[in-house]
Parts: sequence; structure tokens; C-alpha cells
Amino acid sequence: MAIAPNDPLCARLASDLDEAFADLVVDHQQLVFGVAARVVGDFSAEDVVQEVFVRAYRALKRYPKERVREMRLRPWLARMALNAARNLIRGRRHEMDVADLADGGSGVEEAPHQYSERSEQRRMWARLLAGLPPRYRLAVALRHVDDLSYAEIAETLNKPLGSVKSDVHRGIALLRAAYDAEQRGQEHEMAKEAS
Amino acid sequence: MTARQMTDKQVEQGLRSLRTPAPEGMLDKVLDRLGLGDAYVRVEGPIGPLFVAFGRDGIALVERAADAGDFEAAFRATFRRPIRRIDQAPELIQRVIDQRLWGKSLPSGPLPLDLHELPDFEQQVLRKVLEIPRGEVRPYAWVAAELGRPLAVRAVGNAVARNPIPFVIPCHRVVRSDGRIGNYGAGGPTAKRAVLESEGMDTTEMERLPAKGVRFIGSDSTRIYCYPSCRNARRITEKHRVALRSADDARHAGYRACKVCRPVDPPFRVAVA
Repeated sequence: MAIAPNDPLCARLASDLDEAFADLVVDHQQLVFGVAARVVGDFSAEDVVQEVFVRAYRALKRYPKERVREMRLRPWLARMALNAARNLIRGRRHEMDVADLADGGSGVEEAPHQYSERSEQRRMWARLLAGLPPRYRLAVALRHVDDLSYAEIAETLNKPLGSVKSDVHRGIALLRAAYDAEQRGQEHEMAKEAS
Repeated sequence: MTARQMTDKQVEQGLRSLRTPAPEGMLDKVLDRLGLGDAYVRVEGPIGPLFVAFGRDGIALVERAADAGDFEAAFRATFRRPIRRIDQAPELIQRVIDQRLWGKSLPSGPLPLDLHELPDFEQQVLRKVLEIPRGEVRPYAWVAAELGRPLAVRAVGNAVARNPIPFVIPCHRVVRSDGRIGNYGAGGPTAKRAVLESEGMDTTEMERLPAKGVRFIGSDSTRIYCYPSCRNARRITEKHRVALRSADDARHAGYRACKVCRPVDPPFRVAVA
């Protein structure tokens, strides 16, 4: 089996970290922000993003070039984002009710203007996603929001590939059921009003 | 009526709609935290466009704009950090550029200039050169005397020649005591002359006086003597204007030195006509 060449960005990071680092940030900030924002909300996620890339730089500077060349950046950064975001939450647990975070994944932290700009649809999907049990929520989001491959998710979460696949599928099924339940509930309400 | 059945594909689509780009400015914040936050802009200068590089500690490198790649390489070679080009400098830096290049109003507080790559003496020289007013010149010997090192004229010359931020630190306003315009890193004597002229300096007159043996101009009413380009000297009316060959001569004639330009003789007197 042929070994696929690794991301060319890794080769550049290995040979000249300072020159390539800005591209690392630009290429991966959406991923890191997305992962962090689902845990701590949009506002705090900015701090997490900075923290993650600062740590990434220092790590890349320390690692031997061989290791940098072979890195899988997306799982590495996604895992750092999850850890940093969770650490932030742990530190603040006494300040905020964790259940608030389940509300749209952004809880009390979401900046007002962002909330009002989201369409009704997106708010619904955000709400349904946040309503999933954490295990399925994480897998589904990493796959369909952050666009990681199954292999990348497995590496991010340090779980077997098979587990990850089944978690994603189960998550989709649960979302479907949640959506249908919500629709039935709404139609029931409309029917009651009409009668 | 039954609810329309949601498909997996539609769920996936709904999830994809949750993708949002990261907020603006993340890269800059990260680079700043790591000390990698240097940037440069291209601006108009008095004799042509300039590249001006700056980081957390202020303006660090200025060159006449030629090849951008060369400028970036020069920055990296000196500072061993990457640099990126941006369209517009931050407000404070832009105000400093406007003030230094064009004489616009001065921002308050210490100027953000990054000289700490340089040895201490050179920094002192450049900060002294920064004091020379627009439209005036001072000799290298003046800079040396001001620093309490009146004999260090050659060292001052070397420090001035190594000025990393020409135009912002006005090394073009430092000239030779014998009246010759002297050298200039950013394009030689011709360019130096052009920059001085753009500031309202009459360089022909400036070179003519020492050639005639005149180092200072005094006023026979106030009995004060100045460098010829000092703003006080320029205010002396023709009637009261006195040409002086040396500070010694001036003092013997009962004149005292202007407190604004603080004129000095060069330490090793060159024979003048």
C-alpha cells in the first residue's frame, strides 16, 4: 500500500516554522474556533483559539523536524481545542450552569448580534445538536460541522474507528428523531389552535 | 397531515449550515502574542516611496521602496523574525510616519521606535539626531558634543550611517563641519540634498558658508550666535547679522551660544579659507 505524502504545510513548518506559521493559523482557525465555540460559546472561543495556536507554535518549535513533517494537524489542533475549551469550563464551573451551555451550544456567552443574525433554521439545528448526549454530539459535529474524516475524529477523540462511525450514525438518527418529534409537536399545536 | 420525513442527507445539510468562519483578527492577535507580529507598509516619502516596518516596540526598519522581497529578506536577516505586508499601518504608527516625514502634528508620549537591536551608543546617537528640527542641520561634531563625547565624531558618523530608520530618524540632517554635505545611506549625497531641499533647507547656501570660513551666524543686537540653519539665526535681520569663524572668535567678541542650537566648534579644527 502506497504511503500518501503528508500535508505539504507540515514540510514547510518543519523547515521554516516562522515562515509557515501564519498559514497554519489561517488554514485551521475555522476548525479550532468551531470546536471551541461549541464548548464555551463564541465569545470565549476567541481566547481558546489564541491559546491553542500559541501552544501549537511552541510545540512545533520544540519537536524534532521528523515529527513535524509527519504530523496530522487537524486532529492535533482539534484535540487541543477540545482540551483548552474544557479546561476553561472546568475553571468556571462555579460561575455558570453547565446546562446553559446545552442551550444552542453557546449559552449565555453568545454575542447578541450573532444570535440575531442566525436564521431560524440554523438556530433550530444548533438547538437540536446541543440537545444530543455529549458523545454523539461531539462525533456528529466533528464529522458534519468541522468536516473531519472518520480517521481524524478517531485520532482526535482517541477512540476506535468503528466506535466513531457508529457514534456519528447514531447521532444523525437521533437528530432526525428529534426533528420529527419537534415537527409533530408543532403540528399538534397548530391543529389545536385551528379547531 | 403527517410530518414530512427528515432524511439523513437533510440532517447533514442542516449541520453544515452551522459552519461559521473564525472571527477577524485572530491571526494578528496570535502573531502579536508570539512576538511574530511585525508588519510593513508602503508609504510616500519626501523623495519617493518607502517601506516602513514596525512591530510591538515600534518602527524598526525603513528603506526606500524597491523590491518587496528584498526588503522582507533584509528585515528577516536583521531581526530573525518573519514580516508581512499590510495595507494600512495602525493609527499611532501612521501618525508617527506623518509627523516624521511631513512635519504634521506630533503624537504625545515617547515615539514608538524599535532600536533595541543596536548597541547603546548608537541608540543614543540616533535619539539625539531625532531632536534636530525639520529644516535645520547640525554637524556630526554637535551630536558628539551633546552626548558628552566631543571627540567621538567618527563614531557618531558610523552610528548615523547605520541608522535603520532613515526619514523617521532624520540622519539626513547631520552634515560635516567643513560644509560638505556628507554621505547618506539612503541614496548618497544627491538623495541627502534632495531630502533637505524638500524640507526647505537651502543646501547651496549651507555649503557656501563654511567654504567662506563662516561657521556661525550671530546677532549684534542680542550678542547670541547660532548655527546658520537654526531658526533663531534665520530670524536675524540683515542689519544685525554677523558672520563668525569660530566659537572662540565669537566668545572673544562677547557673544554667547544660542541655547536652542547649542553650537560647538569641531574638535579638530580643519583649516578654512
